[in-house]
Amino acid sequence: MTTLLIAEHDNASIKDATNKTLTAAAALGADVHVLVAGENAKAAADAAAKLAGVKKVLLADNAAYAHDLAEPLAALIVSLAPGYDAFVAPATSRFKNVMPRVAALLDVMQVSEIIKVVSPDTFERPIYAGNAIQTVKSKDAKKVITVRTSTFAAAGEGGSAPIENAAAAADPGLSSFLGEEVAKSDRPELTSAKIIVSGGRAMQSRENFAKYIEPLADKLGAGVGASRAAVDAGYAPNDWQVGQTGKVVAPELYVAIGISGAIQHLAGMKDSKVIVAINKDEDAPIFQVADYGLVADLYQAVPELTDALGKLGK
Amino acid sequence: MKVLVPVKRVVDFNVKVRVKSDGTGVELANVKMSMNPFDEIAVEEALRLKEAGKATEVVVVSIGPAQASETIRTGLAMGADRGILVKAEGNVEPLAVAKILKAVADAEKPGLIILGKQAIDDDSNQTGQMLAALLGWSQATFASKLEVEGSDFKVTREVDGGLQTVKLKGPAIVTTDLRLNEPRYASLPNIMKAKKKPIDDKNASDYGIDLTPHLEVLKTAEPPGRKGGVKVKDVAELVSKLKTEAGVL
Ligand SMILES: Cc1cc2nc3c(=O)[nH]c(=O)nc-3n(C[C@H](O)[C@H](O)[C@H](O)COP(=O)(O)OP(=O)(O)OC[C@H]3O[C@@H](n4cnc5c(N)ncnc54)[C@H](O)[C@@H]3O)c2cc1C
Ligand SMILES: Cc1cc2nc3c(=O)[nH]c(=O)nc-3n(C[C@H](O)[C@H](O)[C@H](O)COP(=O)(O)OP(=O)(O)OC[C@H]3O[C@@H](n4cnc5c(N)ncnc54)[C@H](O)[C@@H]3O)c2cc1C
Repeated sequence: MTTLLIAEHDNASIKDATNKTLTAAAALGADVHVLVAGENAKAAADAAAKLAGVKKVLLADNAAYAHDLAEPLAALIVSLAPGYDAFVAPATSRFKNVMPRVAALLDVMQVSEIIKVVSPDTFERPIYAGNAIQTVKSKDAKKVITVRTSTFAAAGEGGSAPIENAAAAADPGLSSFLGEEVAKSDRPELTSAKIIVSGGRAMQSRENFAKYIEPLADKLGAGVGASRAAVDAGYAPNDWQVGQTGKVVAPELYVAIGISGAIQHLAGMKDSKVIVAINKDEDAPIFQVADYGLVADLYQAVPELTDALGKLGK
Repeated sequence: MKVLVPVKRVVDFNVKVRVKSDGTGVELANVKMSMNPFDEIAVEEALRLKEAGKATEVVVVSIGPAQASETIRTGLAMGADRGILVKAEGNVEPLAVAKILKAVADAEKPGLIILGKQAIDDDSNQTGQMLAALLGWSQATFASKLEVEGSDFKVTREVDGGLQTVKLKGPAIVTTDLRLNEPRYASLPNIMKAKKKPIDDKNASDYGIDLTPHLEVLKTAEPPGRKGGVKVKDVAELVSKLKTEAGVL
């Protein structure tokens, strides 16, 4: 019995999502090997080898794996399938894209976005935007699993696993990479941030996001999120969207500003440890999940809050 | 080029579902059902391709109970040309849905299949990718822009860090994200017209596909509840509570 964890990384380092997924993978009870597929990804493989409990790292270093294309990456994972009983990856956009393709090629049903390992074949997963939790038992001999990382603790370092090269699989040559627009930011990534400040439709413009939300976030060392309404209106980039169909987060502190609290938004943040809501409508549904609610006009309250934190030496 | 759009009948996105007290699932009796919102976006995109002269025919297909024909009618009222209903009762998993869709695609030979990125009931986010695998086609999930280039496609995708653009060799699978387009409402005359458009009735058994679930649902439970907390009177009280009571500052 061996589990293959497919790592989320940026060639230079391992993403926090990988550490969290390792905790879920280890809970399956078998040895865990880690696959690092990328281009010039030796440094990421070195980092993976240091993760506590990893028995072996496979490094597939090839231009075919440079740009997250689903077809070659799925072919690679399937080529390794005979040696493994379970394939586990974080539910990031990269693996939401590739793992179902792997599952279908292996003729198994993927278990999507698990939040708990009950036993090696039984898992909990949220359905209906988190309004129900299903316990499912997989009858497939090989398991393909994606992990909702916000619910697992990050595994630490302490290992020194050997690194082996994995041969590239034949590239089906079905798609090619043309370009990307990746926002560079010094702020923490949403899915690993300890604090998140999110703005909603009430922000009214991109400029207001920059003027009100971002300074508060920077005072707190927080990541910045947004509701779908704010993203659709162009006030915030798509990768800031928190919710059922955006990112699911569970920081220590989530500050929702001018967000009403629709089911689809709550699905992405209601497992946060402490929730603060600032909204001028005292009946806004967000107050039903907020630990601390402030009924106020955000255009007054947010600068005040930013100032008050400044005085605290933040 | 023919475009195939699989559409799923799901609990309307405005409904807050309730878990059945015996833990066997969620309450679906007398609950408003609608077309999965991502599938409306998929139908809209196909229609725009047709209106731009890039597609010749738009076919909507649904797999589900007899009532899924209502979902197909919704697609026809938006402007799709015809429908295919593949009747299947009970729990049909994404892998089985993908196998049926493969059989439909083998018969229909579309140049493009547009699906939703996820159905808002099971939130599996699998079917399109599985169908691409079974057909051996290229795939682009989470599309926010789609352009036709001859028999190929250029697709911009919403990914974790921002946006990625890929080129797909056709025939291809594309799954829709929220910002691909804003779906139209069906007009009354089009709703009337849709009643006359053909829907081909099939049964899952016609395709000889084994629908036995690979996943056994042991139970469905209510998530741990979260209670609202307190309202604070001003920013000063908020800061002091966060500092001393919550300890998060
Ligand atoms: C298929 C589907 C998927 C979806 N996925 C997501 C998702 O992933 N994430 C998501 O967020 N949504 C999602 N939605 C959308 C969701 O249903 C809501 O429409 C959205 O979350 C609303 O965003 P909002 O709270 O910013 O806007 P609104 O609901 O318009 O709320 C704005 C709030 O701001 C308050 N306000 C206004 N002015 C001020 C002021 N000056 N000071 C203080 N407060 C003020 C108002 O009282 C109001 O409560 C999805 C919807 C569908 C159909
Ligand atoms: C009455 C009823 C009871 C159910 N009970 C259960 C249950 O107890 N447990 C359970 O796991 N599931 C249940 N299901 C759901 C069924 O199993 C799902 O169709 C299947 O799991 C697909 O998952 P998904 O929709 O999340 O796939 P996704 O991969 O999220 O769907 C993505 C896209 O695939 C296409 N698609 C998906 N399904 C269909 C379809 N049927 N027809 C056409 N296109 C489709 C759509 O374009 C959709 O946007 C039930 C469904 C119904 C109607």
